[in-house]
Amino acid sequence: CSVSKNNTNDMPMETSPRELTQNPLRKIWMPYKNGLPEKHISQRKVCMTNCPTLIVMVGLPARGKTYISKKLTRYLNWIGVPTKEFNVGQYRRECLKIYKNFEFFRPDNEEGLKIRRQCALSALNDVRQYLCMEGGQVAVFDATNTTRERRDTITRFAEQNGFKVFFVESVCEDPDVIAENIVQVKLGSPDYIDCNTEEAVADFMKRIKCYENSYQPLDEGLDRELSYIKIMDVGRRYLVNRVLDHIQSRIVYYLMNIHITPRSIYLCRHGESDLNVRGRIGGDSGLTSRGKEYAKSLGHFIQEQNIKDLKVWTSQMKRTIQTAEALAVPYEQWKALNEIDAGVCEEMMYEEIQEHFPLEFALRDQDKYRYRYPKGESYEDLVQRLEPVIMELERQENVLVICHQAVMRCLLAYFLDKSAEELPYLKCPLHTVLKLTPVAYGCKVESIFLNVEAVNTHRDKPENVDISRPTEEALLTVPAHQ
Amino acid sequence: SMSSEQNELTQTPLLKIWVPWVHSTLSRRRGSSVPQFTNSPTVIVMVGLPARGKTYISKKLARYLNWIGVNTAVFNLGQYRREAVQTYKNYEFFRPDNEEAMKIRRNCASNALTDIGAYFTKEQGQVAVFDATNTTRERRGLILSFAKEKGYKVFFVESVCDDPDIIEQNIMQVKLSSPDYENCDKEEALEDFLKRIECYKMTYVPLDEEKDRHLSYIKIFNVGSRYLVNRVQDHIQSRIVYYLMNIHVTPRSIYLSRHGESDLNLLGRIGGDSGLSTRGQMYASALAAFVQSQSIRDLKVWTSHMKRTIQTAEALGVPYEQWKALNEIDAGMCEEMTYEEIQDHHPEEFALRDQDKYRYRYPKGESYEDMVHRLEPVIMELERQENVLVICHQAVMRCLLAYFLDKSADELPYLRCPLHTVLKLTPVAYGCKVESIFLNVQAVNTHREKPPNVDINRKTEDALQTVPEHV
Repeated sequence: CSVSKNNTNDMPMETSPRELTQNPLRKIWMPYKNGLPEKHISQRKVCMTNCPTLIVMVGLPARGKTYISKKLTRYLNWIGVPTKEFNVGQYRRECLKIYKNFEFFRPDNEEGLKIRRQCALSALNDVRQYLCMEGGQVAVFDATNTTRERRDTITRFAEQNGFKVFFVESVCEDPDVIAENIVQVKLGSPDYIDCNTEEAVADFMKRIKCYENSYQPLDEGLDRELSYIKIMDVGRRYLVNRVLDHIQSRIVYYLMNIHITPRSIYLCRHGESDLNVRGRIGGDSGLTSRGKEYAKSLGHFIQEQNIKDLKVWTSQMKRTIQTAEALAVPYEQWKALNEIDAGVCEEMMYEEIQEHFPLEFALRDQDKYRYRYPKGESYEDLVQRLEPVIMELERQENVLVICHQAVMRCLLAYFLDKSAEELPYLKCPLHTVLKLTPVAYGCKVESIFLNVEAVNTHRDKPENVDISRPTEEALLTVPAHQ
Repeated sequence: SMSSEQNELTQTPLLKIWVPWVHSTLSRRRGSSVPQFTNSPTVIVMVGLPARGKTYISKKLARYLNWIGVNTAVFNLGQYRREAVQTYKNYEFFRPDNEEAMKIRRNCASNALTDIGAYFTKEQGQVAVFDATNTTRERRGLILSFAKEKGYKVFFVESVCDDPDIIEQNIMQVKLSSPDYENCDKEEALEDFLKRIECYKMTYVPLDEEKDRHLSYIKIFNVGSRYLVNRVQDHIQSRIVYYLMNIHVTPRSIYLSRHGESDLNLLGRIGGDSGLSTRGQMYASALAAFVQSQSIRDLKVWTSHMKRTIQTAEALGVPYEQWKALNEIDAGMCEEMTYEEIQDHHPEEFALRDQDKYRYRYPKGESYEDMVHRLEPVIMELERQENVLVICHQAVMRCLLAYFLDKSADELPYLRCPLHTVLKLTPVAYGCKVESIFLNVQAVNTHREKPPNVDINRKTEDALQTVPEHV
């Protein structure tokens, strides 16, 4: 037999390299043909997987599955991986309308079992729709999935559709944790709308019992071919098996860093800066006298709040550090918290940007999240840069982050689950502290204005975003400045 | 105390870090300029039978931690033993009933712990990796008491493996060439080593889920198909776990190359976003031919977001991924300048850079130190991947190369990464084999050596002495 020297027939040979053009919005270099950009340029999107992933929650009721599902979904969406959760309990409530009591969940309740099975299948159907037709990349299937039989059904479903499966099991026997769980999220459930606390708790405990007898936890031996993480005792211990790809590795890392210890995160901007007052963006200026006053007020505020072991983080820009200095406590400087780099537009006023770069100015209004300043950054870039900050915020307890407008918008969007469209327009005014406290499945926000006046730096999206718009329309929403 | 001091801030000229400036001396800074990984030194304690990859993991972990800026050193007990015993006879030294040997081994462990203490207190060490079998509860208890007394954190890394193929592969790769077996033939060595393992097996008590539930550890099963992680205490332990869970031992190669020669390269200008010169385009074609000739299985190709790397990748005719994190170092105010112009407009900056090229940050730009942080996710993903070709830039390539070849922060900014040359890195034993392949297309030299005179008052000729030629 003869061996061909090289596969000249198979390999793409010496075609002249395609011409490149820089996409005007995102400033991404892409090849073009006949004046049009070619499709599918591979961008470094964090999801490094070549097929959709189905995350399957496993565990008895009140083990934090929904908490984990929602948090994970929020994180993945924030880093740019389209993710959606499918809570089978919701399907059941839609099907059943009225929840009577725990008897519905008795393992010998044929009628109940039928309905529950139908709900699970209906949810899986929606999962398929989301992953195959709606551009979803990850679906989180939030249900008890406590029997091997149910998990096998799901695994077969995933195989048929070309999805990867990753199980997340939460195991917890601590009665205090379970009780706290029930109080925090179950009592407020639609199921118990007309019950008093005691009735609800009693019923829910019986509900758990219904699942306990048939519960088959993921087994080191029997399930050794599956990909999963077993979370034990709210994160004290983890068993991780067969992580297949990048996204699963990131999910594991995230799950191993989150905790449920009560704490608060304080977000605020630096005090008013010299460039703020002059309506100029970016730069590295110092605080105005009002900014310094704010820093002092912030110091007082922090003291009054009596926060246990508060960590203070700033960026590496002068104005946040000046602000932190007034607190007279140790702080850490993070370069990753620096304000968005406006590239060639650094230190310009919006009026000047309109004058010198009207096209850029319009493109930014068309898609503020993805728009990258020439030789600068986009909000999308910021999110990638801030991911390690978010990861460390998850690990920490009480933290005060003194940062910048665009940065604060990105962080806030993560905590409040805001979309990429909303993110760049979130209101983060100067001299206002946002206190975020995790509660139930979300985050309570308290906004505290520290009573020192400051210029407004928030520019709303104008009505006319066309590249040929007149100057007045471009500058319609620019806030007043010196 | 709520002092009313609103200290003026000054920006340190090298790092461009804002610090309070009191009476023209730098006061003790409240602000640390790097996020704190941990507040006390950490001892990582390896656990496992011989030939379970403990030394491989120790060295790799230390290399990673040092690269990201955490001062780490490995303390290999085998080396202490070799120093104490000079000549290794055979496995009988390791028999659990060999009293004489036991005494020596205990002494060695004690010495190693003392050295660890010295590393922390006198050499600003942050992490020490104690590379030994540590297979008995007694030995681990000794280490825990030592650490508790000194206020060090302890994190165990246990490697468990019962696959005889993996173990034999291990022994072949790293044990047969050990000083212990210098004068043995392969078969003798293998036989002796297997008996050595048996000696340890008799007293091996693995970390126990119940009894050791208060300890912080990761148990790695069968080279990473499964992990058990218990009580991660802080950020550095979390990073260590993440790293260990991403590395693998599947054979593969990493190809590092710069973009083809660019128009700005020819003009001796740094940074910018120019396209390829004619010769640069020739290199791109040559690179394509080279990649084909290597017949690489499932090769991934990564570029930066800059035109010149993408143009280079385009010539390969295969899919590629663009990473913003692979962009060249941001020279801030010096972007697109020649060195002559930098000397002309910013002579002090130019001198500071020569004084400490690793930490020096361009005004409104970056430092090599900044780049290492930005490249860390790239390294993490490179660890996960198999065959990858990274088409990047001079400073970026220096950072990546320093990681693979364990180069210090001082060496890093002067590593040679010439244009039109591919570096093929293949992991072997405890390190990395490097093959340098020049693809036979001429290019300008862009490597500027550190000049002898780095004083800020130096003459222009002295400053420009080592600038490579350009148009």
